[in-house]
Amino acid sequence: MKEIRIHGRGGQGSVTAAELLAVAAFEDGQYSQAFPSFGVERRGAPVVAFTRIDDEPIRMRSQVYNPDYVIVQDVTLMDVVDVAGGLKEDGMMIINTEASAEKFEEVPARVMVVDATRIAMEIIGRPIVNTVLLGAFAGATHEIRLNSIRKAVGDRFSGTIGEKNIEAVEAAYNAMEES
Amino acid sequence: MSELKAELKVVEGSYAVAHAVKTCHPDVIAAYPITPQTHIAENLSQFNADGELGNCEYITVESEFSALSTLIGASATGARTYASTASQGLALMHEALFNAAGMRLPIVMTVANRALSAPLSIWNDQQDSIAQRDVGWIQLYAEDPQEAADMTPQAYKISEDRDVMTPAMICFDGFILTHVYEPVALLEEELTDEFLPPFNPEHILDPKNPETFGAFADPSIYTEFRYMQELGMREALKKIDPVAEEFREIYGRYYGGLLDEYRLDDAEIVLVAMGSIIGTIKDVIDEVRRDGIKAGLLKIRSFRPFPLDAVRKALKNAGIIVTLDKNISIGKCEGALCTEIKAALYNTRLDTPVVGYMLGHGGRDVPPEIIKKIINKATRSMKDGLTIESSYADLKEEFV
Repeated sequence: MKEIRIHGRGGQGSVTAAELLAVAAFEDGQYSQAFPSFGVERRGAPVVAFTRIDDEPIRMRSQVYNPDYVIVQDVTLMDVVDVAGGLKEDGMMIINTEASAEKFEEVPARVMVVDATRIAMEIIGRPIVNTVLLGAFAGATHEIRLNSIRKAVGDRFSGTIGEKNIEAVEAAYNAMEES
Repeated sequence: MSELKAELKVVEGSYAVAHAVKTCHPDVIAAYPITPQTHIAENLSQFNADGELGNCEYITVESEFSALSTLIGASATGARTYASTASQGLALMHEALFNAAGMRLPIVMTVANRALSAPLSIWNDQQDSIAQRDVGWIQLYAEDPQEAADMTPQAYKISEDRDVMTPAMICFDGFILTHVYEPVALLEEELTDEFLPPFNPEHILDPKNPETFGAFADPSIYTEFRYMQELGMREALKKIDPVAEEFREIYGRYYGGLLDEYRLDDAEIVLVAMGSIIGTIKDVIDEVRRDGIKAGLLKIRSFRPFPLDAVRKALKNAGIIVTLDKNISIGKCEGALCTEIKAALYNTRLDTPVVGYMLGHGGRDVPPEIIKKIINKATRSMKDGLTIESSYADLKEEFV
């Protein structure tokens, strides 16, 4: 089983990202589960969402304490929340930042960085980074195929918005592949 | 992708339930939104707006008390009725819950289990439905969205049976199950039609053939009305297992009837629980069994009617019984399952120790480690012959 924890702020679409990961993983032929940390939703407040992926049906319903992967949608959360808490040593953290990975040497696991905000601004025209980070996740981890992320995003967002989101997913995926 | 998996779709738990309700063709729905039930009511409202509920009347009401009162009237005319609620909403229905049961109206309602105020908590435990234990409703508890969806037509079939005629609550842990996205096989209209006959009550409110429902009963007859409710529950007790089997024949899915067992055959330590913690417990049992600890699980699906004989039979070889409750009877410091299980063993030749743990109240997470700790404590207690009184498993002493 692979466990993923997504840190974001209310309004950034962390819960949607967790859901889309679950949809994409299932598209890949795996079982999946996504759920929010059930806080009272407020825009800007720290939010956590979780996804589990496994070959077998998933029965576990506790929160995720030892994630294989952590996705940080907003780098300013790193001063507020223990985003690395419980992260497995051989796990990975994917951070949305313009800084380089070396800047995060305090994280006791591999760090991959992506400037998701820039990609989102350039392609989508708004700083909505959740789908961008899904592309980055697929590119950095290869836990989920790019095509499945594309399909999950395309099914959720229709028309031009959907196309732009898919383009942003691909850009982040390729950025990770190259790094 | 396997054939079975091809039927699955990743949806939110609330959607799976709302979709299941749709396939049962309710005639009247009345619901008032309350967290964490809201998505069920929203999805049904959407189906209605999209014309997917046929001739169903979706009545938006000003409170939960009105929601259930509306359905009491509707059900008495022979309409199939549905409601969903949680927590304070269910508490507000309290008086009308007795009326629905006493008038023998087979209303089906999903309860998205949530803690009660004060202090205000929007999060999950099962205090809300447990507090309604004695209102005369059938209470079924689901471990996951699939089971809650599948229980819906089963609940109608049991409740509407002419020998039963008793309303039913499907209890479904708020947030943990209502808000989870996971693969679910959505119910199919044709299959539900095959499984669930139309509602055809013996007595209805009809101006052409006037009858009285729920009228005055003086001391010469009140007891008999109440006893007949008990007889209805006894009929439900007989029907829950066969209805689960009929569902399996048509849908190919089965979650147990009155109860379900997991690795119970040779289990020395038997955990008894209901609702969403079942899955976590199963994973922990697999893990501790690899270390040679013989743990097993008795899952209670039907809390009312309480399956006394089946529970006794399932527990007869246990060395120690551990109940896990997401509710408390304050003043007894014990959860409802603990009390039931202790009572079930009385008047038998069994003298098996029962240890009650309360946990996961007000949305406190139940991590596998706490289940492991509980099993280890029970193992030691069984070996040492020590008695453990009922207590909270996850209390933070430093805040008390």
